[in-house]
Amino acid sequence: MKTLLIKFDSVSKSYDTRSRRALDDISFEAERGEFVFLVGASGSGKSTVIRLILREEVPSAGRIHIAGKSVVKMPSWKVPYLRRGIGTVFQDFRLLPNKTVFANVAFALQVIGKSRASMSTLVPDVLETVGLAGKEKRYPSELSGGEQQRVAIARAVVNKPGILLADEPTGNLDPTTSADIMSVLEKINRNGTTVLMATHDGEIVNRMRKRVIELSEGTIVRDVEEGTYGVAS
Amino acid sequence: MRAGFILSEVWSGLRKNVSMVLSVVLVTFVSLLFVGAAILLQMQVGQMKDYWYDRVQVSVFLCPPDSEATNCVEGEATDTQKKNIEDQLNSSELAPYVDEVYFEDKGEAFEHFQDQFKGTSLEGTVPEDEMNESFRVKLQDAEKYDIIKESFSSTQGVEEVVDQNQLLDRLFSVLNIATVVAVAIAGIMLLCAMLLIATTIRLSAFSRRRETGIMRLVGASNTFIQLPFLLEGVIASAIGATLSAGALGLLVHFGVSGWLEGQATGFSLISGVNVLIVAPILIAIGVIMAGASSLITLNKYTKV
Repeated sequence: MKTLLIKFDSVSKSYDTRSRRALDDISFEAERGEFVFLVGASGSGKSTVIRLILREEVPSAGRIHIAGKSVVKMPSWKVPYLRRGIGTVFQDFRLLPNKTVFANVAFALQVIGKSRASMSTLVPDVLETVGLAGKEKRYPSELSGGEQQRVAIARAVVNKPGILLADEPTGNLDPTTSADIMSVLEKINRNGTTVLMATHDGEIVNRMRKRVIELSEGTIVRDVEEGTYGVAS
Repeated sequence: MRAGFILSEVWSGLRKNVSMVLSVVLVTFVSLLFVGAAILLQMQVGQMKDYWYDRVQVSVFLCPPDSEATNCVEGEATDTQKKNIEDQLNSSELAPYVDEVYFEDKGEAFEHFQDQFKGTSLEGTVPEDEMNESFRVKLQDAEKYDIIKESFSSTQGVEEVVDQNQLLDRLFSVLNIATVVAVAIAGIMLLCAMLLIATTIRLSAFSRRRETGIMRLVGASNTFIQLPFLLEGVIASAIGATLSAGALGLLVHFGVSGWLEGQATGFSLISGVNVLIVAPILIAIGVIMAGASSLITLNKYTKV
């Protein structure tokens, strides 16, 4: 049976009344275990989609359901619980420079009140998954960009979220490292996590042959299975 | 685990912002010092009132042997005059206002005098013989003093009617003005303290926005994110409150108990016990004030 994890239903978002809408009446769905690329030029609305899923923003119109729950009607005290089911990775890693790799990942569990015992099993497991076993005691400054992004991914998935959002995760990385990161994301996706990745990187999209949703000026212009980055390529 | 984590966050926050935290401590200290002083002043007023209102309110002094007062031309008050005055106090006209009447003879007057001026140069300066006899009247309502005074204004054998309360009222009004001044200063200082706490929290939240950003992202609850900041403000202000309670304690111990007690005999003065009552009030004010201003600031700057 298919489970809908992300459901956008005629969603529009405008930040103020004068400028054009950041999103204009978009609808799409993503099932458990899907891998979806969100592509489009800067300003096409990719980041807005991610912010809406995280409920950092509420839509101006339309409905959004995450794992069956309406995030529009959700009271703000429930938002943290929504976010515990969503992992997020950014272009700029967002690691804490004064904490070790282990502590950075454990931080995500710590702040939602998980016990030390669960940290000592979950953190090494996830570091193994992202290929950072043995680097627990390093500091972010001692790691390469690719390794730092692995730490960020580990932190995003350590709590075993159903959804992983990745906003340009390879934006700061060279092609080889990007490919490594993509294989990590694929591995996580194979374990059943729905991955939604906003990207500019056409090469990656073309190689992966996953579902592609293309946004242009706030509307969905293309939504294809096993798609490519651009229609022309 | 959670408590440990939050406390370590608080500690790092306090350490990172030493100068701001210190200024919060000092401002709370000064403002609560004034709050505490105002409360203690009122306690002093209350205590004196209790002390005096429980005792004599109006003294009807009888003529001593050589008085020059107009009602004393016949010399020392005679037994008939005394009887007359007592009857008047018990008459249906005055009785409703009078709670208790007590006659103080020369022996008792002398004893009280010696007691009151014990250790001062006045001790033993007036012989027992020259003491005033008096009727000590306790009124139902201390404000109705004028009625007694008028009733005895032309009674033979009465030298003077003195309202003890009126003497005290002057002192009370001085203490009350001092209280108002203290409260006004305290109010301004408390406002400063609240603004300062708000600024400190903002600064602290700004310097840790990376951490709080990640916390929000991974689904830490609002309480969890805000608590360290809240505790930072509350702890700083509680330290200030404790210092102010300590300062008031020293002030009462050395100033009131140590010095004033020797100067002003016959008064019941506040003591360390009063400070013990005031201390938790000050700490509560400090904590509530810091908590409130932190919460307002936090809701503005660390929203979900």
